[in-house]
Amino acid sequence: MSTDSYLTDGDTLRSWLLTTDHKRIALLYLFTITGFFFIGGSAAALVRYNLITPEGMIHSAETYNRLFTMHGVVMVWFFLVPAVPVSLGNFLVPLMLGARDLAFPRLNLFSWYLFLLGGFIVLFSLLMGGVDTGWTFYTPLSTAYSQGYVVWCVVGIFISGFSSIATGVNFIVSIHRLRAPGMTWFRMPVFLWSLYATSVILVLATPVLAMTLLLLAFEAIFHIGVFDPALGGDPLLFQHLFWFYSHPAVYVMILPGFGIVSEIIPAFSRKELFGYKFVVWCSIAIAVISFLVWGHHMFVAGTSIYSALVFSILSYMVAVPSAIKVFNWLGTMHKGYIRFDAPMLYALGFVGLFTMGGLTGLFVAALGADVHLTQTYFVVAHFHYVMVGGMVSAFFAGLHYWWPKITGRMYPEMWGRAGALTIFIGFHLTFFPQFILGYLGMPRRYHSYSPEFQTLNVLSSAGTLVLAAGYLLPLAYLTWSLFHGEKARDNPWAATGLEWLTHSPPPTENFAETPRVTGKPYDYPPPEQAAIT
Amino acid sequence: MNLWLPAASTNAPEVDHLIWALLAISVAVLCLVFGLMLLYMFKYRSGSKIERGALAKKSWRLESAWTGATLLAFFGLFLWGADLYVRLFQPPPEALRIYVIGKQWMWKVEHIGGEREINALHVPIDMPVELVMTSEDVIHDFSIPAFRVKHDVLPGRYETLWFEAKTPGTYHLFCTQFCGIDHAHMTGEVVAMAQPDFERWLQQNDPGETMAAAGAKLYMHYGCSGCHGGNGASSATAADSTRAPRLPGLSGSPVSLTGGSTIKADDEYLRNAILNPVERRVVGYQPIMPSFAGLMSEEDLLNVIAYIKSLSPGPAT
Repeated sequence: MSTDSYLTDGDTLRSWLLTTDHKRIALLYLFTITGFFFIGGSAAALVRYNLITPEGMIHSAETYNRLFTMHGVVMVWFFLVPAVPVSLGNFLVPLMLGARDLAFPRLNLFSWYLFLLGGFIVLFSLLMGGVDTGWTFYTPLSTAYSQGYVVWCVVGIFISGFSSIATGVNFIVSIHRLRAPGMTWFRMPVFLWSLYATSVILVLATPVLAMTLLLLAFEAIFHIGVFDPALGGDPLLFQHLFWFYSHPAVYVMILPGFGIVSEIIPAFSRKELFGYKFVVWCSIAIAVISFLVWGHHMFVAGTSIYSALVFSILSYMVAVPSAIKVFNWLGTMHKGYIRFDAPMLYALGFVGLFTMGGLTGLFVAALGADVHLTQTYFVVAHFHYVMVGGMVSAFFAGLHYWWPKITGRMYPEMWGRAGALTIFIGFHLTFFPQFILGYLGMPRRYHSYSPEFQTLNVLSSAGTLVLAAGYLLPLAYLTWSLFHGEKARDNPWAATGLEWLTHSPPPTENFAETPRVTGKPYDYPPPEQAAIT
Repeated sequence: MNLWLPAASTNAPEVDHLIWALLAISVAVLCLVFGLMLLYMFKYRSGSKIERGALAKKSWRLESAWTGATLLAFFGLFLWGADLYVRLFQPPPEALRIYVIGKQWMWKVEHIGGEREINALHVPIDMPVELVMTSEDVIHDFSIPAFRVKHDVLPGRYETLWFEAKTPGTYHLFCTQFCGIDHAHMTGEVVAMAQPDFERWLQQNDPGETMAAAGAKLYMHYGCSGCHGGNGASSATAADSTRAPRLPGLSGSPVSLTGGSTIKADDEYLRNAILNPVERRVVGYQPIMPSFAGLMSEEDLLNVIAYIKSLSPGPAT
């Protein structure tokens, strides 16, 4: 273990707040998004608390509406969208490329400040004023009828959007320009490919969100009729623009998760990733098709039948590459030498939960079934399986896998496995009942509900306790390991990838000399051979 | 715990069949994925001495096979869902029309005979019913889970939804598009009744004035008759057909607009023609009609339109 790592290179506040080292910025981001995750999570816990009784445990409907809005806004824009790219991505992209840093280190730091500024403005609007429009800000409710701090909130999101764009540009340029000698495009780890696809979406889609929110703010402040029919606008225009960003954003959340899992399953199966090129092209295909499916959020919104038909079939198309990936991960495990360390357990949990999220997506992509299921708890359960079950499990998988590299310490293995299992079980307990609630017709965003829905709601709320314990566990033992964890070796998993060639934690300059790449990624020999060589 | 949802419309069992099929496919795929995962986790655990043999090398065939199978299954599901959906958006022409206005936070319903109800909708069974819906403020959504139908209700336009109830009973009515503070209270009940019961219900709630009759009064009140003629009687005639288009027989007929296009005079067209008359000008008339936007409520508009539609296309005088 090297004595001078990036962690010991300067210990003043200034050396952290003004750092341009991608690894330190990654930690700043990690710290920030963890904070947002627990803010958003607390709001979710209160939402579930309210739904224990049909009349609502929280007295005021307005408070409840503000809570689920806060949960959605914070989780989507300040956790799910940025989480993997800004933390693990920031830390690993240069290391995996064999580079000294990202292409634009100062832009990287600037993006964190933008993120922080946007985040504070949003928190201010949510906590001081309160926004009760839902995270979707549908017009004309948001512009003409909501008495909350909607404009402040969208300004905060607008600003943080630029941080996404900056990160996206940084990754795209770095991946194009900073690959180590010998690292051709098809020798890149899938994690880099998936971040590349993610960045392309961020750079192309986020400006549309920015324009949409700007128009929304203009309408709310100056009463310029864009979306409000009373002012001559079109409320469906807002939905088109909003989902043109927000559907691709779903893939911004999940693609990095695909990347993480594609690193971990080979490493713990001691086998090459099955169908590497298929997995790579699937990421690209998802990024492209994700721009063409936004209309599936609007099957009952009053758009034309023909557009619904087109969006339905395109939604099935975007599901194909995701399905292919699941088969490829299973193919990787086939005839492997599988170990069950915590990262692998989280990754397998991801595969299970994501598969369920994906399959229930088929229900809502089928037009006739969507009419019944949309805007109910079925949809809530569906996207939580994908984004929380799937994406957050993948994030934890990656966090455990690279934790030794990032901190130089091992997390406690048994606790890690317990955490993975608790989250998997708690997640099903919380969200599975919601599929049934949705089929039975319980609408989303209801502060109070018809008594026959109570049993399932109580089950779901009880599951939240297990899930919350599951999320607090890693927070506790990972923090503990920072001080008391076993010192990590440079490559504790005997994994391939350039990031394992350097020390744990890496020195500020990453590599003493630029590494060279001579072969394919995931070159895992079977254990017997490994023992001989 | 109630895990059963009544299927009380002609459409409901069909949607259920699709959902059950999707469920069966999902369970099969889950069994495959979880089964293989658990099998491999056990069989190929690192401590296992089992002979692995040669690794599967060529993946092209396998990849094409599962890609092809997935595509095929998805295309089938698409067609199934699309068929249901397309039928759901084509109301039979003979459907009974009922008018719905959503506002924060209640549903107002008006039947063609003038019967009104709030947060309730009475419908006959075995007869297609078409709802013509609009909103006074934000976007709402009219959802009847027992019928497996829902549709957004937008301000500034008429959206429609149709169904045919099968089983008499009382069912939930929900607003499912978040519409502000009391969204969760924008609920009500849908009462499906045998046709004689429905007729009796209509008689009991007869206000003595049909929508068209109420519309006739409004037609005078707002001064429409000044240019379009008529006195509210069924033989309304154009006073001066050079000033304003004749209204009898207008509804449902094609209208030639300046600029060369032709449009069918449906409810939506009539609504726009009243609120924003200069937007689509009828060939041969000066844009002299004032806008009634902000003057007429959504109820008034529906009644006036009902009146216009009731005017029989008698000979012009």
